[in-house]
Amino acid sequence: MFDLDRWQEIFQTISKNKLRTILSGFTIAFAILLFTLLFGIGNGLKHTFEKQFAGDSQNSVYINSGSTTKPYKGLQSGRQIQFRNEDSKFINEKFSGEIQFFSPNIQRNMQAIYKGEQNRYNVRGVYPDYQPLESAVIQDGRFLSYIDIKRRAKVIAIGRLVEEDLFGAKSALGKNINLDGISYKVVGVFNDPGGDNDERYIYAPFTTIQGMYKPNDEVDYFGLTFNSKLSVDEALAFSNLLTKVLKEKHNIDPRDQSAIRVRNYAEGTKNVQQFMTVLNVIILFIGIGTLIAGIIGISNIMVYIVKERTKELGIRKALGATPKSIIGMILMESIFITALAGYTGLMIGVFALRALGDSLEKYFIINPSVETYVVVGATIILIIAGTIAGYIPAKRAASIKPIVALNDE
Amino acid sequence: MIKIEKLHKSYPIGKDSLHVLKGLDLHIKEGEFVAIMGSSGSGKSTLLNIVGLLDGHDSGNYYLNGQLIENLDEKKAAILRNKFLGFVFQSFNLITYKNALENVALPLYYQGMGRKERNERALHFLDKVGLKDRADHLPSELSGGEKQRVAVARALVTNPKVILADEPTGALDSTTSHSVMELLKEINREGMTVFVITHEEDIAEETDRIVRLKDGVIISDEKVLKKSKV
Repeated sequence: MFDLDRWQEIFQTISKNKLRTILSGFTIAFAILLFTLLFGIGNGLKHTFEKQFAGDSQNSVYINSGSTTKPYKGLQSGRQIQFRNEDSKFINEKFSGEIQFFSPNIQRNMQAIYKGEQNRYNVRGVYPDYQPLESAVIQDGRFLSYIDIKRRAKVIAIGRLVEEDLFGAKSALGKNINLDGISYKVVGVFNDPGGDNDERYIYAPFTTIQGMYKPNDEVDYFGLTFNSKLSVDEALAFSNLLTKVLKEKHNIDPRDQSAIRVRNYAEGTKNVQQFMTVLNVIILFIGIGTLIAGIIGISNIMVYIVKERTKELGIRKALGATPKSIIGMILMESIFITALAGYTGLMIGVFALRALGDSLEKYFIINPSVETYVVVGATIILIIAGTIAGYIPAKRAASIKPIVALNDE
Repeated sequence: MIKIEKLHKSYPIGKDSLHVLKGLDLHIKEGEFVAIMGSSGSGKSTLLNIVGLLDGHDSGNYYLNGQLIENLDEKKAAILRNKFLGFVFQSFNLITYKNALENVALPLYYQGMGRKERNERALHFLDKVGLKDRADHLPSELSGGEKQRVAVARALVTNPKVILADEPTGALDSTTSHSVMELLKEINREGMTVFVITHEEDIAEETDRIVRLKDGVIISDEKVLKKSKV
C-alpha cells in the first residue's frame, strides 16, 4: 500500500490519462459540492428559524382578554372581559405545578422626561418574575424586587435604548425620570436578545402602576412561563386547560375565540419543529439523491475506464502482472481520485458557503454551513462506492485470459 | 526448454467446438531459433499462446524449462511468464502513455526490482537494440521498426529463457523486418532460445529450424540449410 514505486506508477497513470481522471474526479467533486451546498443552505434556513424564536422564552404563555362574541348563560355578546387581581391568584393557585414564572401586567404609554430630553415609551407594571419571562438581561444595577412591589416604590428598570435616548453616553443609574408627571428612580438598565423594540420598555412595580392608574384591581394581561420539563404536547394541553377554566370563571362560551386569548409559544415551537422536521427530511432526501447520482456516475465511469484499459491490462498481464496487482492498481487509482476530488468538492463547497455568509439573509438563510462529519461521511460513502464500483470490473478484467485482453481493441 | 506431447486445444463456437490443435508433439532445445510456419487458421497463434501461458490447453503435456505446466492459476502463470518468457507481438503492444524506457522497465517493476536498478537495466537493453537515444520517446513518436525494437528490449529485460515472437515483422516493411530479424538472430547467437511465428517464407528462412503447421498438425519439421554468405 505504501510502496513508493506503486504510487509512482499510479501517479503516472493518473497524470498521463487526464481526460478520464478529470471525468471521474469531476463527478465526485460535483456530487460532494452539491451535497455540501444543499446541506449548508438547509442549515442556513434552520438557523433563521432558530434565531426568529430566540426573542422570548420558548416556554412563555401570554393571556389577553377581549370582548365576547357569543351570548352565554343569559349574558349578551359584546361584553368586555376584564382581568383582576383575583384572576392572578386563581391562576397561580390552580396551576402552581405547571407554572415556573408568573406576572400580571399593566401597560401604558407614557411621556418620559429627563432634563431636556423627552420621549414616549411603553411602561409596564410587572412583578420581578417578568424578567426571565422576557429574557431581559440586566447590564447595570438590578431588576424590580418584591420589596419594591410591597412598598409600591417609585422605581423603574429601563431598556438599554431608553438610557441611550435620554442620557446619551452617561449612566442612568440612580437618576430620576419623570413619567407622566411623576418622578421614578432608575434602579437598573437591561438589554434584551429580542432586539430593539424590547429594549425600549420601562418596567415599574406592578403595585405602583396599578395603584395609580387602575383603581379597581384591574389587570391588562398575564405573562407566564410553564415548567420547562413539560413536553410540547403537555404544554399545549396545559394552555388549553388554562383557557377552559378561565372561560368558565368568566362565564364565556367555550367556543368563543376572542374573549380570552391564550398565546402559547409552544404552539409556534411545535409548528417550527414540524417545519424543521419536514425541512430535514427534504434535505436528507435530496442529499441522498445527490449521493446516489454521484455513486451511479462514478460506477459508470469506473466500468468505462476498466473497459478502456482492457488491452493495457492484458499487456501488463503478459509481462507478469498478477491479477491481485491489477485489481490493486485500479482500486488505488480510483480511491486516490475519489478521495482527492471529494476533498476538492468539499473545500469548494465550504468556501462557497463561507463566501455566501449572511448575504442571503433576506431569503431566510443565515450562516449556511455544514457539520464536518456530515460531509466527511458523504465523501467516505462516495469513496467506498467508487471502490466497489471499481472492484467489480477490475476483478473481471483481472480474471480474463490475457490473450482475450490483448485482442481487445 | 519447451517440450510438448500430444497437445490438444479446441475453442467452443456456439454449441460446437473448433478443434484447433490436434495432438502436437514438439521439442525445442535451449538455444534453438525456431520458426513456426503456417497459413492463418493453422493453429500457430494458438500454439504460441499456450507456450506463452497466455492460454490454457485441453489435454497433453507441456513442459517449460523442465517444469510440467498444469492447473495454472492466473497468479502462477503471471509469475512464470515474468520469469521465463519474453513476448514480442505483431502489434507491438507497448503501453501508449509510457515512454520507451518505462515500457522496457515495466516487467522489472512486476519483479519488484527497485526503480534505479530497473531504469539502469532498461537503458542497457535499449542500448543493446540501438535505441538508447530514444529512451524518453513515447511509442507514438517512434517508427514501427523502433517500436518493435523497444518490444524486443522489453522481452529481453528480465533475462528470460525463451523469447516468443508472434509475427514480429507482420506490421513492418521488408527493410525493417530484416533488421528486426537480425536483432533476433543476434540474441539467439548469445544463447537465447527464440520462438518465432510467421507466415512469411523469407522470415522463416532466417531461422535455424522451421516447423510447418497445417490444420492443427505438424506437417514438417526441418533444419534450414544455411546459405553461405558472400
